[in-house]
Amino acid sequence: MTQFLSLLLNGISLGAIYALIALGFVIIFKASEVVSFTHGSLLLLGAYSIARLSEPLGFFFGAIVGIAITALAALIIERLIINRLRGAPVISLAIVTIGVDIILLTELIRRIGSDILNVPHPWGGGSVRIGDIGISQNRLIATIVAGVLIALFFVAFKYSSWGVSMRASAEDGETAALMGIRLGRVSALAWVVAGALAGVAALFLVGSPTPGVSPTVYTVALRAFPAAILGGLDSTGGALVGGLLIGVSESLASGYQDQLLFLGRGFGDVVPYIVMIAVLLVRPSGLFGTKELTRV
Amino acid sequence: MLSIDSLHVTYGGAVQAVRGVSMEVPDGKVVAVLGSNGAGKTTLLRTISGTLRLHRGRVESGSVRFGETDLGSRDPAQTVRMGLVQVPEGRRIFGRLTVEENLRAGGMGSKDKAAKAKAQDRVYELFPVLKERSAQRGALLSGGEQQMLAIGRALMASPKLLLLDEPSLGLAPRIIGQIGEVIAEINRQGTSVLLVEQNATMALGVADLAYVLDVGEVSLSGNARELAQTDEVQRLYLGHDGDGDEAHMRTRAASGKRLSRWTA
Repeated sequence: MTQFLSLLLNGISLGAIYALIALGFVIIFKASEVVSFTHGSLLLLGAYSIARLSEPLGFFFGAIVGIAITALAALIIERLIINRLRGAPVISLAIVTIGVDIILLTELIRRIGSDILNVPHPWGGGSVRIGDIGISQNRLIATIVAGVLIALFFVAFKYSSWGVSMRASAEDGETAALMGIRLGRVSALAWVVAGALAGVAALFLVGSPTPGVSPTVYTVALRAFPAAILGGLDSTGGALVGGLLIGVSESLASGYQDQLLFLGRGFGDVVPYIVMIAVLLVRPSGLFGTKELTRV
Repeated sequence: MLSIDSLHVTYGGAVQAVRGVSMEVPDGKVVAVLGSNGAGKTTLLRTISGTLRLHRGRVESGSVRFGETDLGSRDPAQTVRMGLVQVPEGRRIFGRLTVEENLRAGGMGSKDKAAKAKAQDRVYELFPVLKERSAQRGALLSGGEQQMLAIGRALMASPKLLLLDEPSLGLAPRIIGQIGEVIAEINRQGTSVLLVEQNATMALGVADLAYVLDVGEVSLSGNARELAQTDEVQRLYLGHDGDGDEAHMRTRAASGKRLSRWTA
């Protein structure tokens, strides 16, 4: 039982980080109608910038500037490429983002080389015990920060002018434009927010129990994609639920891998995709996705 | 004043939707544009509101001016800030947003909070039912209420000129009458209106001036009341055979039966 609760808590903390990434993925889809595969390299860019900058600038400034760099990179991708391709088929746009992702990823891997960069988190690698349940301090702080950010995001999405503009243009872009909403600005802001959320996720992903910055951080974003898709690609609530679901199932599958040995080692790594496929077989548009995504 | 001068618009470089149309919407007036499907009415509104490009349309020649400003290269958001707001055909309300959020979305073009609060009061005064339903999702409103919301949403930007694209589409005759009264009231409060319609009875009832579009060209124009008496308009748009029986004409129009050259 203790083991179960411990795995559950760790799964939730991992899921909260996935949810941050998946939320960005979803709002980009809503605002720009692009399935953006740039998130993997944006995440790695965030991790790399924070690691490189926290030595000269100190941890806090380094983290803030690193997150800002990630947001800026997302904005540049949107302004330079996505905004100019408005109206292109969704598939072409998705392939374009894969191209951008590969270019950025290749450069980052070249820069990182075979080093493992460390981010000097002031909370270190220690862990906290709540009763019998243990969790790393880094993951605990990540859960709290992610929870606060996600709550702020939902409040802004529901009540702010940005949120109303965003939801209106996601539902009917042409009519939103007729009402004076600037679609380009809504889309740019969505990318900035998504970039910043990826930066925050990166900050916590490279701390305990993960050993520092290495290109494997990239694969974490790949696990946030199924989170966004099984929640429903156009549902922000779905991204949150999807993130938690993936995080918890991954954590449980890794934790109980001795009992699951008949499936082979490393089963935890494939669980996100198995969960995604299982959910989509039952609900093809995801748990909370709109049934009909195309308008007639 | 909105003035359109010998406007030519094509889609995809091939289809000529509007061919040499000239018209004027004087300040403070209601101007009706009548015509069947494919006459170029919607294209005309798209040109004014700056959404032509979204439909791969292009202005080949001619100009659209609002006051002193050429609207040629404006995008939709700039057009709204100049005071021209379009209510799109088929209402196109944001179904997943609440009524109140729909109205907020309508005011997004301006930052003036006081003006928006005033506009919202005016909308709720014109359409009390929207106030009652302010927390409901747009999709749950009836057709008539959705049209009221679409008009109210456009009024949130405090337009100088309101462009209406077939507000009577798919509505019951009694509701169409109400829409006509609302248009007249909006105009009394100082907003000019360009009303594009297939329902000629309602349109000619509220309009000061009217134009008849026929396959991309203006075939008739003039004072709305005089135009309603001409044989051609009576026959083609008022479903009337020209013997001057007004009661007969109204019932025919109200029952939605209108003859037109292409469907008859």
